[in-house]
Amino acid sequence: MEELYKEINERFSKFLLKLEEKDCPVITVKREGFLDFIEFLKDFGFKHLIDLCGVDYLNYKPEKKEERFEVVYHLYNFEKRALIRVKVPIPESDCWQYSLTFLWETSNWFERECWDMFGIKFKGHPDLRRLLMPEDWEGFPLRKDYPLYLEEDKEWKGYKELKRKTKGEHS
Amino acid sequence: MSTTLIEITSKQRNSNSWEEPFFINMGPQHPSTHGVLRLVLELEGETIVHCDPRIGYLHRGVEKLAENLNYNQTVVLSDRLDYIASAANNVAFCLAFEKLFGLEVPRRAKLLRTIVGEMARISSHLLWLATHALDIGAMTVFLYCFRDREWLLNIFEKICGARLTHSYVRVGGVRLDFTQEIIDELYKFTEEFPNRILEYETLIDVNRIWLKRTIDIAVVTAEKAINLGLTGPVLRGSGVPYDVRKFRPYDAYSEVEFEVPVGERGDTYDRYKVRMKELRQSNWIIRQCLDKLAETKGEPVLAEGAPDLLIPEKIKEPEPKPHPKKGFIFTGKEVDVVPPGEAFASIESPKGELAVYVVSDGSNKPWRLRIRTPSFVHISAIPELSRGYMIADLIAIIGTLDVVLGDCDR
Amino acid sequence: MDFNSLYIILSALVLFLLAMFHVAYLTYAERKIIARMQQRLGPNRVGPRGILQPIADVLKLIQKEDIIHPGVDKPVFVMAPLISLVCAASGLAFIPLWENFVLSNLNVGLLFILALSSLSAYGVILSGWASNSRYSFLGALRASAQVISYEIAMSLSLLSVVLMAGSFNLQDIVKAQLSTPYKVYLIPQIVAFFVFMVSALAETNRVPFDLPEAETELVAGYFTEYSGIRFALFYLAEYFGMIVMSALAVTCFLGGYAGPFEIPGIPFFWFLIKIYAFLFFYIWVRATLPRYRYDQLMGLGWKVLIPLSLLNLLVTAFIKLLI
Repeated sequence: MEELYKEINERFSKFLLKLEEKDCPVITVKREGFLDFIEFLKDFGFKHLIDLCGVDYLNYKPEKKEERFEVVYHLYNFEKRALIRVKVPIPESDCWQYSLTFLWETSNWFERECWDMFGIKFKGHPDLRRLLMPEDWEGFPLRKDYPLYLEEDKEWKGYKELKRKTKGEHS
Repeated sequence: MSTTLIEITSKQRNSNSWEEPFFINMGPQHPSTHGVLRLVLELEGETIVHCDPRIGYLHRGVEKLAENLNYNQTVVLSDRLDYIASAANNVAFCLAFEKLFGLEVPRRAKLLRTIVGEMARISSHLLWLATHALDIGAMTVFLYCFRDREWLLNIFEKICGARLTHSYVRVGGVRLDFTQEIIDELYKFTEEFPNRILEYETLIDVNRIWLKRTIDIAVVTAEKAINLGLTGPVLRGSGVPYDVRKFRPYDAYSEVEFEVPVGERGDTYDRYKVRMKELRQSNWIIRQCLDKLAETKGEPVLAEGAPDLLIPEKIKEPEPKPHPKKGFIFTGKEVDVVPPGEAFASIESPKGELAVYVVSDGSNKPWRLRIRTPSFVHISAIPELSRGYMIADLIAIIGTLDVVLGDCDR
Repeated sequence: MDFNSLYIILSALVLFLLAMFHVAYLTYAERKIIARMQQRLGPNRVGPRGILQPIADVLKLIQKEDIIHPGVDKPVFVMAPLISLVCAASGLAFIPLWENFVLSNLNVGLLFILALSSLSAYGVILSGWASNSRYSFLGALRASAQVISYEIAMSLSLLSVVLMAGSFNLQDIVKAQLSTPYKVYLIPQIVAFFVFMVSALAETNRVPFDLPEAETELVAGYFTEYSGIRFALFYLAEYFGMIVMSALAVTCFLGGYAGPFEIPGIPFFWFLIKIYAFLFFYIWVRATLPRYRYDQLMGLGWKVLIPLSLLNLLVTAFIKLLI
């Protein structure tokens, strides 16, 4: 791992925001240099993209986050048996991230889910549709300002129409 | 259906030839899509040109719900993910939370967790074999497998009172210790089970039709499998010996012996073989753990300082000040229930790698809980795997990936 | 009404009742036998040991709502199950159940049965087409392709029997068998028998060739959209088909109604025993084998069974010439 740190510090110091050692190495990078960085990691041997997810840090109390969102990647190296976590902060006003579909096909659905749940757009994604929610859903459920419970007709605009239709058919 | 029609018309508008693509809407109610998976298939004859899985019919928003429930309540949600092997899900959640809480689980609890985890693996693989064989048309295997799964579920019932949604594992250990009756029953099971595996294998192992239906179907090379994010038996069927139990041992896996079976060609038959071998390995692991249980008899099964089932919002640090009349009063400052931070834990669930990433803000509820489920990734690979095969093969492919839609949609 | 026509009506009634009874209890037997093979109980609620289950099933199916959804081609949709059933069931009329009992001793009885069983494919195709459903359509396509290609293999294998007997009349075929040293055509025509059995499985859409109604692939194949009594008609047609094919196998290969010794007082005894053996075989296969894939099934039909039966026919013809 030392050589990885060394190389990261040498090559990506410009984009590196933070390098911590928690339960696994946690590397926070800027969005600008992210693609090069992740390609470097893949070449380094981190071939298995375990997970890709978004986190919303709206009003996160323990520490002040610069940006509202974070996209978190978990990568795994089979040879060295090493796990690594890469975090990329995403500002709310400019809410997009680079897509990794050209490197990992598995990131396709992860990114679609992330868009579905947080509204983070992925640049370069071939097919960015909603995945878990219905196609005409409004709002992004996993954002912290999205309420847990809403009236049905407020939650989904198709609900009213559906209700009217069923009523119309019965009467 | 409406979207499908829109697609047809748009395709027609864009295509140069007059032929209408034959779309078929498989699911969400279909005998062999294992729940509510919906596949929009574009066919040419019976060959699949394109397959577009639509998921979300079982989306219950577990990740959102978890943000509003405390840690111990969240473990109960995990039962509902992969309801075939809920003990494995419990373990994954608890491992992540224990990392946050900084708890060390007692050895006996670790052994018990390993046992229920492997029991979950056996019961999941039995269900997989049953439905996979039924999908391909071998009806008898189905009932043979269910007979033995029933036995296992009865043991689960003795362990924790539930057959499917156990919630047996809890943060810091397990809920209850095994009684002697359960241990005896498990010994009997592990004694008998290898013979039962032989029974299934006689039915289909060298059956010509079975071979024809599985060999060279949905071949995935090792590189492709890693790229697609496939894990578990599907990845091992392609020859990559990646098993979280070996690579990042959790619970008691570091102290038991077992092999990681791998396949060669990466086709459906190899994956079948890998799973059958895994059944034997799981049986062998349970056996070893049972032997080790005798050594730890009487030890606690819950870590000291494990959180109560109802975790309070904030803990008042007890600063025992002697009170003139009442003995003590607690006038300490409020501290966090759990240190803020993040934790990641992954386990080898029967279907693949189940990873849990949890971010805490110090309160009794997770700030963000991310669950990476194997079924989700495996379903995302269906379009790639099924291209160019026939409908009948698609059934075999869904079967061989071993997906559970509760696991996929969360 | 003269005596002759009364006799015909009476014997038709006997045949019909016998066949209906057998179809009803064939479903019961199938469920019980498969249940036993799969270590479960099978039907055991209606009557002692579930013996009244078929009757309960029929009553239930008659009561059910007959759904004809708006997209269907109604006349064809209504007619299709009848075509299937009639074609499947009327084959029984030409089978000699006993020395003195054959409803219609037609000179080209065998040919007629073959023709009827190919016609029953129309029921399947029409139902698939009229349902206006994609699953039904795929099922119907599969069924027509399968029935047509296996028809050839089956006819060729039966042709060698015809060559041996020198007649298309089923009664004559039985008599010709009895005059041979083995008393059955099973031994000289073992290849034809094998081909016939496999193609009979395919012809009646039974496991492992039940692709047209492959439950796990096409929901229910061509009768996905049918319900109630119409669904029951298709079901009946399948079981009638099984019985006709078994009867044909018994007649052409196993010496028909003849047995090693005469049992007085029980007509059809040997015939029924032989038929039961065949039906048990059908059920046994269903409990054992997985399902073929569509292209593998066609490959088996065209690349193995048809050449085999052709070869068998040629050899039979040569031997016939030499003797």
